[in-house]
Amino acid sequence: MNDVILQLDSISKSFDGKMVIDNLDLEIKRNEFVTLLGPSGCGKSTTLRIIGGFAKPDTGRVLFNGKDITNLSPDKRNINTVFQKYSLFPHMTVEENIAFGLKLKHKSAQYIKDKIAYALKLVNMDHYGKRRPESLSGGQQQRVAIARAIVNEPDILLLDEPLGALDLKLRHSMQRELIKIKQEVGITFVYVTHDQEEALTMSDRIVVMNKGIIQQMGTSKSIYDEPQNAFVADFIGDSNIIDGVMVMDRLVEIQGTRIPCVDEGFGTNELVDVVIRPEDLKIVDAEKGYLKGMVVSIIFKGAYYEIKVRVQDYEWSIQSVNPATIGATVGLTILPENIQIMHKPLSVDAEVVKEDE
Amino acid sequence: MNKRTWLSFPYVLWIIGFTVIPLIVIFRYAFTTGDGGFTLENILTIFDPIHFKALVFSLEIAVGCTLICIILSYPLVLAMRRLKMGKSGVALFIIILPMWMNSILRIMAWQMILSPNGILNLILEKLGMKPLSIANTATAIMIGVVYDYLPYMILPVYNAVAEINEDIIEAAKDLGAGSITTFFKVILPLSMPGLLSGIVMVFVPSMTSFVVSDVLGGGKLQLVGNIIEQEFTKSANWNLGSGLSVFLMVFVMISMAFTLKNDVDGKESTVW
Ligand SMILES: Nc1ncnc2c1ncn2[C@@H]1O[C@H](COP(=O)(O)OP(=O)(O)O)[C@@H](O)[C@H]1O
Ligand SMILES: [Mg+2]
Repeated sequence: MNDVILQLDSISKSFDGKMVIDNLDLEIKRNEFVTLLGPSGCGKSTTLRIIGGFAKPDTGRVLFNGKDITNLSPDKRNINTVFQKYSLFPHMTVEENIAFGLKLKHKSAQYIKDKIAYALKLVNMDHYGKRRPESLSGGQQQRVAIARAIVNEPDILLLDEPLGALDLKLRHSMQRELIKIKQEVGITFVYVTHDQEEALTMSDRIVVMNKGIIQQMGTSKSIYDEPQNAFVADFIGDSNIIDGVMVMDRLVEIQGTRIPCVDEGFGTNELVDVVIRPEDLKIVDAEKGYLKGMVVSIIFKGAYYEIKVRVQDYEWSIQSVNPATIGATVGLTILPENIQIMHKPLSVDAEVVKEDE
Repeated sequence: MNKRTWLSFPYVLWIIGFTVIPLIVIFRYAFTTGDGGFTLENILTIFDPIHFKALVFSLEIAVGCTLICIILSYPLVLAMRRLKMGKSGVALFIIILPMWMNSILRIMAWQMILSPNGILNLILEKLGMKPLSIANTATAIMIGVVYDYLPYMILPVYNAVAEINEDIIEAAKDLGAGSITTFFKVILPLSMPGLLSGIVMVFVPSMTSFVVSDVLGGGKLQLVGNIIEQEFTKSANWNLGSGLSVFLMVFVMISMAFTLKNDVDGKESTVW
């Protein structure tokens, strides 16, 4: 119990009669880097705002170190937020921005000075103290926003798509820096993003959300390797997802072909979702594969070729280091352990992404 | 000359005809006697006790009116900020609506309300309270100018406050600022440009107004504007009237320049 710093207890929230968060339970451990991951509009920001105190849940409680803080206003929570963008005070210098929270806490001038110097160094902005926010790039502004939050030594730092407005290259370097900062300050991070790659690289634990419901929680590896439903599989990476029939333990039928797998415990002839990652499919001679189809497209992606092979009415996506010839008839094979078998979702929510496509 | 320069020609004519020439005429009257000789007399009559008293009273009304408008504007504007997009537009429209009514009509309405047998005392009587004698007092004039010029404060302040990004206000709260601190450290400084144009738009007309005091002051309480008006109409002393006008104009210009300059300085210093 002691290492749970924050607990969301059956939180629900709707706007204008539309359910945005549906009975959500979440425990966050001290010093953890938790990422809320999900498509835009799935309720990530709302969840974060409930933790920060900017929104009140309709039902449910927020517990901080076991104490109920559901009705506490943001200024009374020892939690700070890094907003998506434009949240620096434009009428103050970088130093004044960082000092804002400390002055409200009546810290001594020397303490504030030392903290500013420390924080600016931490975010690699040593010589920018006297600058105004409008003279800084987007990435620099976000660094200052992080410094401004961290100097207050919050118990939890909330980050709502803090890198969302930056270009890809900068985003990658900022991701590395954020991990470094996290290690240095030892604060619990709750991070929101819709970028699955960002979530996979940074987090200790990922909470995949869709339509206000948690779809799966776990480490990057467990989410990536063992998605629990088709939504998660589809959202994480560009998997092939296809209907299948579980003929018996360790044997699945896909497109009329029986293929060995490692999954057990499904009902006989149960309809299932089958997930196969593009990098796990191998292109072989037409007669040597489980499935036979025609190469319809090939794109060179730098490190590999992305090849589409049409088998009946489904286009398989394959990543291969070897090219293929468009129009050629080829076979596809797969190792049993690389086939993911999943129960069909019981709730419609898990199907959302498929419908949207 | 290129095409653009030609396009500006009508405006230049307009400015010359309706701004430059009248100004020259007024300055000429201000610095001459009735028979054409140069004099500073017309300007210096501002120090005549009656005139000076009117100047001080005008200043009191203008400063008071500006302050009251500021104090009334912010709570309203902050409340409007919280309304949804469409509703804030409706609220703004209702606030602007009186501006489209004839100014003298509005002031006369207040006369009806405040007069001894007016609507206000009627209501007080119904409520069993003592009647108030507000008509023909400084209070009546103050009510009149505040009512008249409040929209000119609300509009620019609203525009400035509406522009402040919600994230910035939430950031202040997030860092531990309560509502009052957030207002003084973030909302007020960030809406300063709107506030300053509001101050100019309220202070200048209330300083130079004469209709309001004419109607609601009962002719007993005089603003500088009333004295100038009388010099041009009743006394037909255009030289004196122009002299006082020029003084008032320069006075207003200096006080506004001072207000605006203070802001520029303020930006450089820290907000704490
Ligand atoms: N203040 C609000 N008023 C009305 N609807 C809102 C409000 N905040 C969020 N929503 C709605 O709630 C849903 C979830 O929003 P949000 O939590 O911001 O999603 P995410 O951050 O995952 O993109 C969206 O459909 C959004 O339109
Ligand atoms: Mg969001």
